[in-house]
Amino acid sequence: MRKTENGRAIGATQAAPAKIDPVTIKGDFPIFERKIHGRRLIYLDNAATTHKPEQVLAALSSFYRYHNANVHRGLHTLAEEATLAYESTRKKAADFIGARAPEEIVFTRNATEAINLVAYSWGRANIGPGDRLVATQMEHHANLVPWIVLANRVGAELRYIPIDGNGELDLEVLPELLTPNTRLVAVTQMSNVLGTINPVREIGRFAHQAGALLLVDGAQAVPHMPVNVTDIDADFYVFSAHKMLGPTGVGVLFAKASLLDTMEPYNLGGEMISRVTFESVDWNQPPHKYEAGTPNIAGVAAFATAIDYLKQLDLEAVRNHEIDLTEYALKRLGELEHVKIFGPADPMKRGAAISFVDDKIHPHDLASVLDSRGIAIRAGHHCAQPLTNLLGQISTARASFYIYNDREDVDELIEGLKAARRFFGYA
Amino acid sequence: MPDPLEDLYREIILDHYHSPRGNKKIENPDIKNEGKNPSCGDEIELSLKLDDHKIDDISVACKGCAISVASGSLLAEAIKGKSIAEVKKIASVVKSMLKGEEVPPDADLGDIEVLKTVNKFPVRVKCALLSWVTLIDCLEALEHRSGAKISTTEQP
Repeated sequence: MRKTENGRAIGATQAAPAKIDPVTIKGDFPIFERKIHGRRLIYLDNAATTHKPEQVLAALSSFYRYHNANVHRGLHTLAEEATLAYESTRKKAADFIGARAPEEIVFTRNATEAINLVAYSWGRANIGPGDRLVATQMEHHANLVPWIVLANRVGAELRYIPIDGNGELDLEVLPELLTPNTRLVAVTQMSNVLGTINPVREIGRFAHQAGALLLVDGAQAVPHMPVNVTDIDADFYVFSAHKMLGPTGVGVLFAKASLLDTMEPYNLGGEMISRVTFESVDWNQPPHKYEAGTPNIAGVAAFATAIDYLKQLDLEAVRNHEIDLTEYALKRLGELEHVKIFGPADPMKRGAAISFVDDKIHPHDLASVLDSRGIAIRAGHHCAQPLTNLLGQISTARASFYIYNDREDVDELIEGLKAARRFFGYA
Repeated sequence: MPDPLEDLYREIILDHYHSPRGNKKIENPDIKNEGKNPSCGDEIELSLKLDDHKIDDISVACKGCAISVASGSLLAEAIKGKSIAEVKKIASVVKSMLKGEEVPPDADLGDIEVLKTVNKFPVRVKCALLSWVTLIDCLEALEHRSGAKISTTEQP
């Protein structure tokens, strides 16, 4: 199936994807049974983390109740079951993002750790004095700090693809940024602040022509749209389970097998060795050589259920639902004269994370007023301080939507923002 | 159910937020300190002018939320004209109060006591603390300068 880079299917012969029904979906999420300050919970902080459906919670509990054991060691029944649960999730995750083989999937604690793994294991061996790294101005600290520190440490230079006034990358400067000594281009597939969906496949093509590798931060993309790492031709691709209905403490690093074969591990200990003497160590095969120590086995096992849940909904349907919600939210927010919205105005070019500011009320105060009405948003720099400052702000408010949100939630957000104006005496 | 908003944004807090005291420039301050809240990016610039170990004048420029602006304004109002020793005591009591620690029963805080309510909103405590921590750092730097002993060493 051919898809555009923003995840929508193209071609008239496709059957229409299933529609997302937020009301039914909400029924699967126990958290929505609770009240916040006596009100129903309107959760608009999905870019930070999503809630977990009953199915995932049951899988987590079931692992500890019935299958608990350590993986890859021990020959008893429980150890076999635990290993099977862990390894079958690896296969499932690989299929989910279109990796060629499960061996290309390394489990980490989170997307941040996955990027750090690349920065240490690949970066320190392959980036030297005078080499260049290219990132973008819209990166999350996770895809920024490891590269700043690496560049400073080895004497490499770090350059940035700038954003334009619309919150999109200015790709015209890319060819000149990509000098022959450029080793890596690190880019987010979807900005957690601007919502912008970046043409990572196209950026990768430029990077590869220049002899550089492509690392994609997919933490905001994988939960919300169909992603195929082989199609993107990413060398490294990272994402996090907890932003896609899964448990916290599980991240994924995809890396091409040829890279995982040659890289040196940076986390050392049990599980990642094939032979140890008192003097020397032989590494285990990838991906195991990158997974030292006991991993988050139950979390990984339950992550499989989260993937199943999303697959059953159909990621194209998820994307279409969010395009619709984004369009509506942008329209309603745009009606408020005191609100300034950041990021692309075209919902086809962006995801459902929408940052904004009120011209009088600080984002923290907006968040407190909204919280008093049961509405959860994020306020702050969203771990993208350079970008927030570039936008001329020290802090923004962000509403981010997911499968259990509907237009009514958008309406409640708008009413909450109006209430904030009244409360602080600006209306 | 009490309205959480009215609880957090008491009338005094809203009053200080809408017309912050000490929001002005002072010429040739004796000491100046910038405070930042790394979790939200809020910034404050605090300047003190001293006269015979007393706070002669104070300026608080705060880029932040209603709670941090109001807290800085309450601070400006509370410490003007007080001796450095008194200010140190007030700052340390406010810091304890915001962290939910026991406050000496004889501490006379006046309007600042309204900040106690912020303690019920853990995510906003840092907002209220910013100006006070910046003040404490200011006083410590002052004492360093004069070679006197530092007693407030607790980290924010």
